[in-house]
Amino acid sequence: MGSPGKEAYFPRGKPGMDPRFPLGPGNRRSRILGGGEGSRSVWVAVVSTLLFFAVVAILIVNSPGWSAPGGVRQLFFDREQFMSSLPKILGKFWRNVFIFCIAEVCVLTFSLLLAVMRSLPRGVFTPLRVLSSSYTILFRGLPTILVIAILGFGMPALELQGVPNSDYFWAIIALVLVYSAYVTEVYRAGIESIHPSQMAAARSLGLTRGQAMRHVILPQAVRRVVPPLLNDFIGLQKDSALVAFLGLTEGLRQAQITAATNFNFTPYLALALVYVVITVPQVLLVDRMIERDQRKRLAGGVA
Amino acid sequence: MTDSTLRIEGLHKRFEELEVLSGIDLEVDDHEVICLIGASGSGKSTLLRCIDLLEEIDQGRILLEGRDITSPDIDRNEVRRRIGIVFQAFNLFPHMTVRENVTLGPRKALRMPPAEASERADGLLARFGLADKADEYPDRLSGGQQQRVAIVRALAMQPDILLLDEVTSALDPVLVAEVLDAIRELAEQGMTMVIATHEMGFARDVAHRVAFLHEGKILEEGEPHRMFSEPEEPQTRLFLDRIIAAGRM
Repeated sequence: MGSPGKEAYFPRGKPGMDPRFPLGPGNRRSRILGGGEGSRSVWVAVVSTLLFFAVVAILIVNSPGWSAPGGVRQLFFDREQFMSSLPKILGKFWRNVFIFCIAEVCVLTFSLLLAVMRSLPRGVFTPLRVLSSSYTILFRGLPTILVIAILGFGMPALELQGVPNSDYFWAIIALVLVYSAYVTEVYRAGIESIHPSQMAAARSLGLTRGQAMRHVILPQAVRRVVPPLLNDFIGLQKDSALVAFLGLTEGLRQAQITAATNFNFTPYLALALVYVVITVPQVLLVDRMIERDQRKRLAGGVA
Repeated sequence: MTDSTLRIEGLHKRFEELEVLSGIDLEVDDHEVICLIGASGSGKSTLLRCIDLLEEIDQGRILLEGRDITSPDIDRNEVRRRIGIVFQAFNLFPHMTVRENVTLGPRKALRMPPAEASERADGLLARFGLADKADEYPDRLSGGQQQRVAIVRALAMQPDILLLDEVTSALDPVLVAEVLDAIRELAEQGMTMVIATHEMGFARDVAHRVAFLHEGKILEEGEPHRMFSEPEEPQTRLFLDRIIAAGRM
């Protein structure tokens, strides 16, 4: 813990411009804590990793089911199948992109609303707090695919006036409902991590509760939870494939169709590659951000 | 007779079972500086927080310029705009620059145009020797500078009364003087202030009146010279002896 009043926070500016790290991040590593590897240990790491993966590859390639006719190599690693299915899958994968982009925007706003509701003072606002917390409890406990099935098949069947019955609409709603439950908890953790003295300082200036929330608490809270928020969004992007369950032809469904027509599973690998290309950079980004925050916390003594 | 700036009548405040304030009566006149002294836990901070309506009170009344600010139909935000408070731990907003910290109240609570708020902020910052810090973030400043920013932030609202809650207790000893000087200057300019402090020398210099809090009550109050040289209550004497023994006076 540092001196009072010095709360952890995220200064503006690009990574690497942090004034507390004028010499760059590498110099902050502690030998005692296991950092500071020399060039020799780097080489050992590289060689042992390469060796490990080479052994795994050799084991797979030499397994009985690999190169037999109708074996794994033919069924999953068919070059022609790959080249012909990839454009088709990409063409439909845009539907996933559309679905998760809209869903992410809705999740961000909807769960912020729920988190703020949850942080209202007890008393008059208790019903809103209860509503928000029971929502997050319920939807965190339901399998995503079930919510998609129930809403996707059930809502259009009701034939309600003025309610859209498109697959897209209900798929997005289902994803928003499930993921908002998680993201609400993330926001709430961020809000609760801001020391109450910040609220007191804002209120002492005559700001209303809402103004204090908007200008003082939320900007700090949101900054703190960007990494976990991104993590949930990666989950949402992956789960957008569950929409295939409704028969909506998106990436996964397209891969399924192509695979079934040609009796070859290579399209699944093509789709996996598409996912890897979009999610892995985000995963790396999250890891970097988390690492940066930790370093900041260790370095400045600001807690 | 004109109303005193602040008048506290029979104030009680409980946290669960613990009664922190048990019947406080205090009157603060316009331009008057009152220092609250007493051991930690005697209720000084709680009293200041109650005055700024940051704590619900259990019993009693607080009147600001003759108006009961503890009555349920009062606009508490409006009251808080007229009372400034400076906290022991500064409580600056770390995600805002110094200027943004200072203008937040005027812009949002007083709905002042940003240009005017900035002008007021820059004037005040210059007065407290912080003109070149306006665009810095608080964590780039020393503790003394941060606390002066906190004072400026409270002053930007042009409050009727300023409450200071042990504002030098979190500072390195070498930084205490610059903050005390700022407060002394405010006192000379006639700012009405209630100051909770452990700095007895400062209290003796700057206060018009000193009140000694003990176990949630004001045991004794009076003109600083008399309070420090010939306290009437044995508890006051005991407290002052301890302070002297600790080398704080």
